[in-house]
Amino acid sequence: MKEKVELLTKELLAKFDKISNIKELNDLKVEYMGKKGIITELQSGIKDVPKEEKKEYGMNVNNLRNTFNDNYDQKLAYLKELEINSKIEKERIDVTLPSKRIRQGSKHPMTRIQEELEDLFVSMGYDVYDGPEIETDENCFQKLNLPLGHPARDSQDTFYLENEYEAYLLRSQTSTGQVRVMEANKEKGPIRVVCPGKVYRRDDDATHSHQFMQMEGLVIDENISMADLKGTLETFCKKLLGEKTDVRFRPSYFPFTEPSVEVDATCFKCGGKGCALCKQTGWIEVLGAGMVHPNVLKMSGYDPEKYQGFAFGTGLDRFAMFKFGITDIRTIYGNDVRFLNQFARKDETNEIK
Amino acid sequence: MKLSRKFLSDYVDIPTNVTTHELAEEMTRIGNEYDTCDKLIPATNLVIGEVIECAHHPDSDHLKITKVNIGDQILDIVCGAPNCRQGLKVIVAKAGAKLPGGEIKAGKIRGCDSNGMLCAMSELGLDSKFLHEEDYTGIHELPADAKVGEDPIKYLELDDEVIDFELTSNRGDLLSILGMAYEIGAIYNTKVKDIDLSFKETGQINFNVEVKTDNCPLFLAKEVKNITIKESPTFIKNRLIASGIRPINNVVDISNYVMLETGQPLHFYDRDSLGDTIIVRMAEDNEELTTLDNEKRVLSSDDIVIANREGAVGLAGVMGGLTTEIETTTKNVLIESAIFNSTKIRKTSKKILRSEASNRFEKGIDPRRTYMAIKRCCHLLEKYADATIVGGMVEVNNITIEDHQVEVSLDKINKVLGTTITKEEVEDIFIRLGFLVNLTDNLFKVTVPSRRLDIEIAEDLIEEVGRYYGMDKIKGSKLILPLQEGHTDNIKRQIKNKMIAMGLNEALSYALIPESEVHKYTTDEFIHVNVADPMSEDRTTLRYSLLYSLEQVYEYNKARNFKDVCVFEIGKGFYKENDEYKEDTKLACLMTGKYYLDINNTNVDFYIIKGIVEELLDYLGYNGRYTIDVGNVPNELHPGVSASIVLQGNEIGIIGKLHPNVITDDVYVFEINLDKLLRNRTSNIKFREIPKYLGMEKDVAFVVKQNITNKQIMDVIKKAGGKLLTNIEVFDVYVGDKVAPDEKSIAYNLKFEDSNKTLTEEEVMTIFNKIISDVENKLGAKLRNK
Repeated sequence: MKEKVELLTKELLAKFDKISNIKELNDLKVEYMGKKGIITELQSGIKDVPKEEKKEYGMNVNNLRNTFNDNYDQKLAYLKELEINSKIEKERIDVTLPSKRIRQGSKHPMTRIQEELEDLFVSMGYDVYDGPEIETDENCFQKLNLPLGHPARDSQDTFYLENEYEAYLLRSQTSTGQVRVMEANKEKGPIRVVCPGKVYRRDDDATHSHQFMQMEGLVIDENISMADLKGTLETFCKKLLGEKTDVRFRPSYFPFTEPSVEVDATCFKCGGKGCALCKQTGWIEVLGAGMVHPNVLKMSGYDPEKYQGFAFGTGLDRFAMFKFGITDIRTIYGNDVRFLNQFARKDETNEIK
Repeated sequence: MKLSRKFLSDYVDIPTNVTTHELAEEMTRIGNEYDTCDKLIPATNLVIGEVIECAHHPDSDHLKITKVNIGDQILDIVCGAPNCRQGLKVIVAKAGAKLPGGEIKAGKIRGCDSNGMLCAMSELGLDSKFLHEEDYTGIHELPADAKVGEDPIKYLELDDEVIDFELTSNRGDLLSILGMAYEIGAIYNTKVKDIDLSFKETGQINFNVEVKTDNCPLFLAKEVKNITIKESPTFIKNRLIASGIRPINNVVDISNYVMLETGQPLHFYDRDSLGDTIIVRMAEDNEELTTLDNEKRVLSSDDIVIANREGAVGLAGVMGGLTTEIETTTKNVLIESAIFNSTKIRKTSKKILRSEASNRFEKGIDPRRTYMAIKRCCHLLEKYADATIVGGMVEVNNITIEDHQVEVSLDKINKVLGTTITKEEVEDIFIRLGFLVNLTDNLFKVTVPSRRLDIEIAEDLIEEVGRYYGMDKIKGSKLILPLQEGHTDNIKRQIKNKMIAMGLNEALSYALIPESEVHKYTTDEFIHVNVADPMSEDRTTLRYSLLYSLEQVYEYNKARNFKDVCVFEIGKGFYKENDEYKEDTKLACLMTGKYYLDINNTNVDFYIIKGIVEELLDYLGYNGRYTIDVGNVPNELHPGVSASIVLQGNEIGIIGKLHPNVITDDVYVFEINLDKLLRNRTSNIKFREIPKYLGMEKDVAFVVKQNITNKQIMDVIKKAGGKLLTNIEVFDVYVGDKVAPDEKSIAYNLKFEDSNKTLTEEEVMTIFNKIISDVENKLGAKLRNK
């Protein structure tokens, strides 16, 4: 019996050696371990073995079975690994080939500036308002203390609508928002609002576009001063032009504010040392502002004895040009895809470098 | 306004250590910005020389070799001027001199040493309007008394500096040297000097003035006789030049000189051509007048004219007429000093001509200056034109001349400025400005002189205090107001963000487009809106649809060889309805070229852009409420590849491929009227229980006629499927050999779910069979492969 098992073992090991895939391995399992398998039959043959030989017989068959199982497990693990390795090899790709993605979208630089400012002012409790672009002469001028024939109208070469001279126009300033918000405030109480939007003037060159964007700000309450205006504009300019920015007031004239100031910010390019951009002054003009003229308050139903307030207005295109280093305003409205694509990512910092 | 430092110094003393540039900066600080600040003659290193030898250059037929004595040395200079000759006193630019044309260097000209240049007037940097022909053709000939070695600019009294101010429109008073003197005097705390108005009078004026319009509240006329027309004295000429006005002759120059001094424009008439009457009236419509510049002007009843018995002789406040012009033969002069309605002058000058005079009338004139100016003219005409001043003055005065009272409290000043200025500081500022101040209990009662027409209310005084105190000294404070929530409607931002996330570039284009394009890309009937006097043919009309603009964006990029364009824009579409101007917010999108950046080069097709629309509308909460189906589309879209976007029965937009007539490339667009869309409210997100029971899926393919749309089939399936049918997906569309040529096959995957139980095969099959029979019966479909 011992010899027979040794022979069977030798034969089995030779068969294992020849096996090259899992199917053959499974066939082998059936051949030896199946219902009528060689080992199964040997095991069931024990009943015919004389009693005194049963023990040895059993041991020998067990050995054979263990040999089978050990080899089977080894072979199975080996074959599985082979199979996976081959699958891996088959699936190997060039990871440097292009990805599958949709093209990148981008937010227009003017929208970026507008949203940044809206967020700043909303965070300080201001509402955001944008009114119509076709306006009445009344809202754009008369209620802002610029009656018909006022010389300051010349500085804003206005687009009137056809056959609507001094009646309907394309708004030349977002100050119209000031009027609309004051008129709409039924209680004639405090106001905090910014009005960003498109405006139109008859002007077209490298720094002027006949269509551009402005943002007007208006705060009305009982104790609002020029100092508050300055503090607010400091926050504004630091946000857009960087933390080191200072703000300077220069007296000026706007019919709808009194006193009026031009607002300069530290030149972001030279940091105030003086350069070609700021014409060696260290300052860049960024805003017009002032205390709301009592006539303007009165015309929109406010009591100038009780309320005072400040208003400011600025061109957003200039800020976009500063911030992104755009030299010709026409680029902003040109919609060259190579321009638009440059704004397809988040911006790193608010600081202009 | 050009301010000559020398001219200014005649009326106010400025500390001599203050440079003109510092003065300009000080003026800026108080609100008077300047554009430039320069020497009148920018040339440097000039000296008076005498030509002591002048010989012909051996190698040239026009050059001369000279020796020029400049005092401390004798220079060899080669000169090409025909008038160069021995004994001439000349302006010499030494080596190193910087002239507008370049720097002068010592060197050789055709082999001869030349260590400088003899200058023509035109080489020194004076504006060409002040130059005569001889200033170009030859070197400047100085008088014999010019001292060799001295500064020629000083000798010519052209050693002046000029600040060119850009003044604000409320400060008409600064359009005069006197106004400037008050403003600057207040800075340096110096008094403005008196101005000589003295003259002798002979006889009595005999002249009529009839003012027949309200638009001339003050008119003064004075007569002078026996004038001598000649060249003006040097100081008058030079001050005019520094102020940018071309000298002509003593009489004309004096009228300009006095205008510069006082800000009051004057007009001198040839008394003999004028006759004995002036009528101030509005022009007749289509009345004609030939102005001084020899242009025939056609007037309207909005223009004020000065007329005599025969007709108009001048356009009041803007320009005189040719017939009564001062000529070299003029003997007797009538001086007009008047005030005209600023709005009327503004309108007329805008239409006809902007002049130094009209600019001043537009900004307003102090009536005291009207009187002062006419007297000043008499003084100067007597002195420099040998005039005899006729006694008396014709005066039509409907104006009250008074200084006005304005009150402001110290408290109010500090409350508005946010400062702690003391009453002494405030008082000092008012006094420096020449205002009379009466201070009681911190209330300033200020008498503002009539020259300051811009000061009317307390806030104007506060501005004066702020200007001189220094607006830049105001310290910024943090606004302290009750905390409140800021509101903003950010729906546009959300739409933009979604579109950007879907791979589109946001564009920003102009709202003004050509009129010929405004009715394109829409089937709507509407009245379009034009602007008056457009800047160009391309920008006449406000757009209704944004798609023309995006078409232009595509063309622009294509012309630059950039054919992958996926852009969108949110903007207004304008129109007129029932006499009202309306503007709707619209979202437009254009896509062409690559959308997926993989190597398969899949280009944008209809279903990609349709996916963008659906993704956006679903995101905005309109899932299941809209359809994209064949409809009425504009001619600019491909009739077979376009659709209407309909939300709950209302068309809100269009989508499709551009018609090959418009663009032959495969370009896809859509436009949605956001106002129409957003009018439909959307619900809040509310969680629905996730189904606990497994559903069942069934696939079915129908063969239908080509003209049957997917939507028609889906509608029938949905109706037949009822509540338990929770999802339908198209998973295959087939056209080809296995179906008839006029047929197509569409395969659907249907999902059935019941939230209360697991569905049985029988339940599902009942519905499924009903779906099949309904589609077969209603749409003439056949089940595929059965």
